[in-house]
Amino acid sequence: MDFGAFFFLATLEGLVQAAVLSLTALGLSLVFGVMRVVNVAHGQFFMLGAFLAWWITNMIANQPVLGFLAALLIAPLLVGGIAFLGERLVLKPLNYGPQSTIVATIGFLYIIQEVALILFGPDPRPVEPPFQFDVEFPWFGYSGYKLFVICTAALLLCATWFVMRSMRIGLAMRATQFDSETAQNFGIPVGRVYAQVFAIGAMLAAVAAVLIVPIQQAHYLMGLDALLLSFIAVIVGGLGSIQGTVVAAILIGLSGGILSVFFSPTLAKIVATLFVALVLVFKPEGLFGGKAR
Amino acid sequence: MTAASTRKSIFLHLAVVAVLFGLQFVVPDYDKLTITRIMVIAVYAIGYNVLFGYTGLLSLGHAMFFAVGLYAAGLPVYYFGLDLPLAFALGIGASLILSLLIGVIALRTSGVSFMIVTLMFAQAGYLLTFHLTEYTQGDAGLNLPASIRSFGFAGITFDLTKPDVRYNLALCILALAILIVFAVVRSRSGRILVAIRENEERTRMLGYNSFAHKLKAFVIAGGLSGTSGATFAILFAYVGASFASIQNSIEVLLFTLLGGAGTILGPLLGTAAMVYLVDKTSEFTTAHLLIVGLALIVLVAWFPKGILGSVRERWVKWIP
Repeated sequence: MDFGAFFFLATLEGLVQAAVLSLTALGLSLVFGVMRVVNVAHGQFFMLGAFLAWWITNMIANQPVLGFLAALLIAPLLVGGIAFLGERLVLKPLNYGPQSTIVATIGFLYIIQEVALILFGPDPRPVEPPFQFDVEFPWFGYSGYKLFVICTAALLLCATWFVMRSMRIGLAMRATQFDSETAQNFGIPVGRVYAQVFAIGAMLAAVAAVLIVPIQQAHYLMGLDALLLSFIAVIVGGLGSIQGTVVAAILIGLSGGILSVFFSPTLAKIVATLFVALVLVFKPEGLFGGKAR
Repeated sequence: MTAASTRKSIFLHLAVVAVLFGLQFVVPDYDKLTITRIMVIAVYAIGYNVLFGYTGLLSLGHAMFFAVGLYAAGLPVYYFGLDLPLAFALGIGASLILSLLIGVIALRTSGVSFMIVTLMFAQAGYLLTFHLTEYTQGDAGLNLPASIRSFGFAGITFDLTKPDVRYNLALCILALAILIVFAVVRSRSGRILVAIRENEERTRMLGYNSFAHKLKAFVIAGGLSGTSGATFAILFAYVGASFASIQNSIEVLLFTLLGGAGTILGPLLGTAAMVYLVDKTSEFTTAHLLIVGLALIVLVAWFPKGILGSVRERWVKWIP
């Protein structure tokens, strides 16, 4: 395989990672942007989505396509419902104070992780891809499912963008993000917007997990890496900037392999975490210069 | 603070130390070990509380200071057979230096960013213990050999394989930690810390250098965390990566919240309550993280002042 083909393959692999990461990170960024809540449990919603996908596809095992479509629809709805309940029952009474909400979401993190361990066990759970065919490029054949992941994620990103730009609910979200008190004065039900945003954030993570689970397996600890990567994307893209997050997530996904080529995986993670801490200290508006709000 | 309430609170803290001293003659050996562990970990929580409870800064990464004390004391003993008092001093010194460095960087941020930055630094430290698995043995950790577990100090030989010796050494260090924090909290600069917690802008406007005071609180908290780590390594002859994990940072937060943030004895009470709770429930469930998670939510949502904080609010106003 010559260099061009190799580069093309690496780009495709990077795009798969970028697709999943941008959805997950978008969810985290939306919650932080609108609610100013750091959702440490975000990775657990991702993990929950993956396990629910495994559970649903197993229930409809004889029809893989139908099972997968059901998972793609039901798993995010369930996860969104759990997040909605958590928001109403715990975060709302806390009045969204930064310290108390972060402590509460740490509580969510442990509870969800432990419940998943009890319900689904410590073993990784594989999910069959709903269809198996290779798309033939001139140089190599490439998994059609991975291309499907890239396209679906792109579609979902566009849909989210459309909702935020052109629909009433998106307008309410942007108004709440801009200034929640003024939004309240203009008759926007800020409390309900918060609950919706928290649920949508969790659903985005769950969708990303359903998409990736036929490629990676579901595991009860998978949420921690998802959380770390999403954090990196949100911070590098600039806290509170949703576009910045998506750009950062795509760049990180595309360049994903690079760090681990040069360093051992642990060292790559060390470098990445230190880098994020330093970005947050010295360039809190993110690396792309967007204005922090 | 009136002189009477100062006298009362000094008496209270002396009484707590005296009760802990007396306990060793009545409790069975198993509980003696548990209480020793509680006293050592309580030093960590008491230090953490200076930052979280009094200054109002929520750090999610204090396991790194505990761990640096643990490793800086434990590794030289393991590899070079360093004298234990010297190793202890080394552990404390290392944690003081690290907390000064991290504090200078992390305190440039505030609020949400501060929490994430401390979390990220601690995570980098945790990963570092795995990167250096060759020397630290990662999660499995190192057991210090029994042959180097005694030391002579001031003409007396301390044998750390004896439970009584460990118990009383832990008690001494706990008493010292309480004394230090008591002095800090009751001092002028302790009141400035509380002022920063209540309203940093206003404190700065009154002409106080809030950064310097926050850094001081950060270093005191880091140093006491490191002291706790070093004590743990020496008394229990074990160093392992799990003490550097995020979970260890969260647990100290939980102990402090449970006992009552912003009270001197709260963290001790919280540590004791939580360690015993996990101990008792481990008989019928292994899911102790579930308890930790539930406890965090219950505390922060319905019981934010913790045990001692609520007691102070309702009945005994003079508890420092």
